[in-house]
Amino acid sequence: MSVPGDAAVSPGTGDGRVVVDLRGIRKEFPGVVACDGANLTVRAGTIHALLGENGAGKTSLVNVLGGVYLPDAGEIWVHGAQRQFHSPADAIAAGIGMVHQEFRLVPTLTVFENVVLGSAPRYLDMGQIIERVSHLAATYSLQIDPSRPVWQLSVGERQRVEILKALWRDADVLVLDEPTAVLTPAEAAALGLTLRSMADRGRSVIYISHKLDEVLSVCDEATVLRNGVTVAQPRSLVGIDRSDLAEMMVGEAAAAIQRPTDQPSGDVVLELAGISALSDRGLPALHAVDIDVRAGEIVGIAGVSGNGQRELAETIAGLRPTTAGTMQLAGVEVTGASPRARSRAGLAYVPEDRLGVGLAPTMSVVDNAVVRSYRSMRRRMMLDLQSCEDFCRRLIERFGVQVGRLHEPISALSGGNLQRLLLGRELTGEPKVLVAAQPTRGLDVAGIAAIQSQIVAQRAAGVGVLLISEDLDELLALSDRLIVMYEGQVAARMDPTQATRAEVGAAMAGTATA
Amino acid sequence: MSEDAVIGLLVATVQFATLVYLAGLGELIAERSGVLNLGVEGMMAMGAVTGFMAAIATGRPWIGFAVAALVGMATAGVHALVSVIMGAGQVVSGLAITIGGLGFAAFIGQDAVRERADAVFTDQSIVGLSDIPWAGPILFDQPPVVYLAGILGIAAWFVLTRTRLGLALRAVGESASTTDSVGHSVTMLRSSAVLVGGAFAGAAGAFLSLYMAAGWTEGLIAGRGWIAVALVIFGAWRPGRLAAGSLLFGFTLALQPRVQTFDLSIFGLEVNTISPALLGILPFLLTVVVLIAISFRARHRPSPAPAALTLPYRREER
Repeated sequence: MSVPGDAAVSPGTGDGRVVVDLRGIRKEFPGVVACDGANLTVRAGTIHALLGENGAGKTSLVNVLGGVYLPDAGEIWVHGAQRQFHSPADAIAAGIGMVHQEFRLVPTLTVFENVVLGSAPRYLDMGQIIERVSHLAATYSLQIDPSRPVWQLSVGERQRVEILKALWRDADVLVLDEPTAVLTPAEAAALGLTLRSMADRGRSVIYISHKLDEVLSVCDEATVLRNGVTVAQPRSLVGIDRSDLAEMMVGEAAAAIQRPTDQPSGDVVLELAGISALSDRGLPALHAVDIDVRAGEIVGIAGVSGNGQRELAETIAGLRPTTAGTMQLAGVEVTGASPRARSRAGLAYVPEDRLGVGLAPTMSVVDNAVVRSYRSMRRRMMLDLQSCEDFCRRLIERFGVQVGRLHEPISALSGGNLQRLLLGRELTGEPKVLVAAQPTRGLDVAGIAAIQSQIVAQRAAGVGVLLISEDLDELLALSDRLIVMYEGQVAARMDPTQATRAEVGAAMAGTATA
Repeated sequence: MSEDAVIGLLVATVQFATLVYLAGLGELIAERSGVLNLGVEGMMAMGAVTGFMAAIATGRPWIGFAVAALVGMATAGVHALVSVIMGAGQVVSGLAITIGGLGFAAFIGQDAVRERADAVFTDQSIVGLSDIPWAGPILFDQPPVVYLAGILGIAAWFVLTRTRLGLALRAVGESASTTDSVGHSVTMLRSSAVLVGGAFAGAAGAFLSLYMAAGWTEGLIAGRGWIAVALVIFGAWRPGRLAAGSLLFGFTLALQPRVQTFDLSIFGLEVNTISPALLGILPFLLTVVVLIAISFRARHRPSPAPAALTLPYRREER
């Protein structure tokens, strides 16, 4: 990642011609106004950053451009003509290509089938299509095997398929919603090159990201949204640094993360001894992992995504069987115990997949809030709905969750609010151990600060915290001890006050000795 | 056991296979688009009775066959309307089609029960091939519907795997939102697949009333629609495996009425002591075995079932 203002900011090759112009867009969902007065002007041959906190309306705005949502008010201009997109097909026809956060791919189909889906020739001449897709991929330096089924691909490869889909349709505007949230640093760098080669060929890219350094190194121009309104549209990012951008986004300088003050740690509350487990595909994912977490300390787990972190979290939560080793939770042997038993023994678990594992998307805010502690809200055999609602309201207030209605499906909430509610729910009942997997991934500045301060507060309250994160700065700032995982093993144990980013990076890459 | 008896058994096997293959192929097309239609039994009944009546009225079995396909399509149209367009539960809607279709077919067929079948399909031997020993009478001296089923199977395979339409159809059965996002109409694709499925089921019903039974009675379908539904699972949602499965299921169906006449002993087991009722459950037993095999394999790779099967789709949900 480069420093703001360095040579990585190459000037856009555009002639200043406006390709996309969104004017005064308003979009309202039940109980939430996502956009109200959002503007976006994108020029040919530029990479345009769309910035804003979670819930600022970025995704809603690009979904309006992509024909996913019909705007309640406002105008869409593409290539100087006003357009009305009634469906994604309309937007595709106008040259808008979308890469959503959740990929729109069919796992059982092959890469080339996914690429041509929707604009395939009437008869599929496989050899010819594969050749054309390969040629397109090579033109934009996208490494991919067109005949593999998508379910076998890594996340980074799937993203390339999405980009190929847009290129196949000859999209001259490519919209990427948080493209690097799921990528390794090397994949993110390769993506940057691909996007630049698109801009050099006169196409435009709309780039949604929270990673400000990345925006500064990749993008030419920016639009900043706050609460659904466009608040800034810098024509050039030269001379702008990340605190300027952060300030535009939140309206004030972002607070730095608090480094926890020294405090004595207590007894071991979580102990993993020689734990091994298999991945979803039945391959070894964890080998003989030893980890102990003491009360009142934060143990950070670093590692490039896919090195066993998810399996580790699931193993501790009791969602994945172990093949060897033992586990103790607050002095209780829990190897092989059910998730419920572990929860009762004092485990709080914030899974990586918030909306899916952590929360039930179509159930209401209240139902999701009480699902862990509803047993205390009984009136004889029945649930006492009033005390459920009261409990939910207290949770919302204490953790600053913004919701429309209590009984709407929880999937209507933004990422930051989902995470606040999930963390809050897990922290009721005074847990002894908190396992948090990627708790701040994809959150905005305010959301990250809220989640991090909660984690620090739990430490102060004597909870043993296992923090699994891909954000190295977060780990270095919060952890009392740092463990680096590589290929399912503990590759290094470090003191975050001593270790440098380079040392941790080397361990993450598997090049350091444990 | 005589050679004639064996050939007779295998001729009947091909015909029963054709029956469940036609209906199963239609169900496969619908399910590949993501719509489970449990109304096959009802659609077959509707096709069987109307096809029979139309053939009597016009004296031409092909007209009866075409009418049966159209009526099957219309019956499936109810399922398309309720479950695809209105987004109601596919299971409930499909069961309603079966129950309603069986009842309605019995109602309109009250007078047809006593009719004698003159206008039925006859065997059509293929010159040059029907004289081959064994294979000739079994494969090439059959009613034209048998040949048609083979052609339709190849056509369905070609459309599903080698055309834009087939790609869209397979995609919409896996993920409707993805297919929608690239500009295909989910409603159009799924409704069409359900309608085509209905036409196939109706035609299968007509094959029963215009050839195999050569008549109409209430209860004529006798669970063959459900066998077609099971066959789609057994065939892992692929036309080729569906064909293989239909021969196997067809064999058990053909064996059922004959088994007690066979004077044959296998490993000391007198075949004629096997209960026909037990044979009747064999297709379902085999389907359960396949389901278990699929779920074991699913640990390593995606299930062959369309991922969006039974899931209704509505846009602009978040």
